[in-house]
Amino acid sequence: MSHIKTLTNGIFRENPTFGLVLGMCPTLATTTSAANGMGMGAATTFVLVMSNLVISLVANLIPDKIRIPAFIVIIAAFVTIVDFAMQAYTQSLYEALGLFIPLIVVNCIVLGRAEAFASKNGPILSMLDGLGMGIGFTLSLTILGCIREFLGSGKIFDMTIMPEQYGMLAFVLAPGGFLVLGLLMAIVNRLRKSN
Amino acid sequence: MEYILIFIAAVFVNNVVLSQFLGICPFLGVSKKVSTAIGMTGALTFVMILATLVTFIIQKSVLDPFGIGFMQTITFILVIAALVQMVEIILKKVSPSLYQALGVFLPLITTNCAVLGVAIQVIQKEFTLLESLVYAGSIAIGFGLALTIFAGIREQMELIDIPKGMKGLPIALITAGILAMAFMGFSGIVSI
Repeated sequence: MSHIKTLTNGIFRENPTFGLVLGMCPTLATTTSAANGMGMGAATTFVLVMSNLVISLVANLIPDKIRIPAFIVIIAAFVTIVDFAMQAYTQSLYEALGLFIPLIVVNCIVLGRAEAFASKNGPILSMLDGLGMGIGFTLSLTILGCIREFLGSGKIFDMTIMPEQYGMLAFVLAPGGFLVLGLLMAIVNRLRKSN
Repeated sequence: MEYILIFIAAVFVNNVVLSQFLGICPFLGVSKKVSTAIGMTGALTFVMILATLVTFIIQKSVLDPFGIGFMQTITFILVIAALVQMVEIILKKVSPSLYQALGVFLPLITTNCAVLGVAIQVIQKEFTLLESLVYAGSIAIGFGLALTIFAGIREQMELIDIPKGMKGLPIALITAGILAMAFMGFSGIVSI
């Protein structure tokens, strides 16, 4: 039972984007299209699961004072792996996400979960927590990406829904990211309060 | 002339927060008062120029000659984390008054992705050392400009009656969106 709870915790109750409000930079920067948002979410999920697993295994061996730098090194190692894997297999996605792949290192969710969850729990629970958080993050990014792509260019996952000339380019550019996320967050807040 | 172009491009055209989406967390977190916004800018400018200087030298004198460019992410983040800690310790000893003013913001800067972002960007853009330093300083000034304007608007907004669900972060994000729209007016002036 607690395994399922740990998994769904990250998806709904403590959703990284709408609940914990962590990792705003990639959330805004990489959601110019649904596919980009999903790719970023998947990359972050991999780093979350793997770093949570390794950190939960070695947490007891690391002296308390240097645990943050040690965690950062572990996370950075997995980010480097993702960086090279994406460069090799998904070239176009790698170019679209650009700088934000190495910047997964400073994504507050990854270090936040390492510190708050993985350093205190066993490997299986930690992996599930990472997976849940990752799925929650991917879901939020994909939804945000769908809305921005649709409003900006009339497409969702590159499928044309509405002719492109009706799209508002501003939604693919920077202002749209802030506006859509702000409005979505307002809707989520409103729904949570009425419950 | 080239340095002026880099300055204008980094501050206005490719503003770090409003068009590159770096450093959103402190942008939303410490923008409730103008005075804290200015303190944060001071600390960030200092750390960013120092971090860019150190990471640039490491890239050119260690990573490149030995062909271990793949260690870039790990090296840079460790250097930046250590640097912030060091600056904090030195400031505490050397200038307690400056530490009082900037101290609370320093730990926050490690998690500011703009610092690591700029360190990687100057390598990718193949800047010279001096260009990198100008770029880092300009990015920090651009961050300060956006943060101060945003903090000013949020101070005014405290008094306004807004719908329940919009309070706090949602309205802040929408304000930032409108601010970003204003900054879009600069696009195309110069490019680097």
